[in-house]
Amino acid sequence: MVSPHVHVPVGAHYGWRDWLVQRVTAIVMLAYTALMIGLALWNGGFDYATWRSIFANGAFRVVSFLFMASLLWHAWVGVRNIVMDYVKPAGARLLLECIVVAVLVAYLGWTISVLWGGA
Amino acid sequence: MSAADRPVATPKRPVYLNLFAIRQPIPAIVSILHRISGALLFLVGIPLILTGVQSSLASAERFAAFEAAWSSPIAKLVLLALVWSYLHHLLAGLRHLILDVHIGLDLKAARMSAALTLVLALVVTLAIGMRLW
Repeated sequence: MVSPHVHVPVGAHYGWRDWLVQRVTAIVMLAYTALMIGLALWNGGFDYATWRSIFANGAFRVVSFLFMASLLWHAWVGVRNIVMDYVKPAGARLLLECIVVAVLVAYLGWTISVLWGGA
Repeated sequence: MSAADRPVATPKRPVYLNLFAIRQPIPAIVSILHRISGALLFLVGIPLILTGVQSSLASAERFAAFEAAWSSPIAKLVLLALVWSYLHHLLAGLRHLILDVHIGLDLKAARMSAALTLVLALVVTLAIGMRLW
């Protein structure tokens, strides 16, 4: 009989979560991409007036925020994997990861200001 | 007996692998391009999306200026590189999602879907490039 929970003494254990996050955020971005292509086809491209009216819609802003949040979280998982693979010295790796986190959080703030800051 | 004392049964193995001397299979090429395109999207794509949406929503003049900014050949090349990155990354990711539900796992199908990913991203990028010029 194998016990259902085996304590693994090594590893960070976020691998399975990263795997899931990468897929869920990917599906959100796929859906948003399809929505944008649909909107572009429906409107025959975007002129300034339609572009403004699309972003004036509250639901569209929320959906756009969801896309950007997914994109930034997805980027975190991906970029951290790249950093872990190629940057061997622990100090440099930590520094780079901190910079990436700071940049991504700043991008999230920028996203909010673009979506809700103006108009 | 410690691990070091044990007789080595395997023949001498290469100390390192020169990735450029090995002919990579198509799924490996798609995989490394997945990574490179992802890095490009992070470094250039995200800030450009944010600047683009911000300035295009600011005013009609800024919207026109944003459109006009894409008329130079260098800007078009950057845009195309990003379009390719987005397409390749999206298709390679979609391929992963399909593999995750155990479709196309055998070698032949996996090579086929990898080739399809590579070609489709390039063909659509080329088509968009021809429209841009």
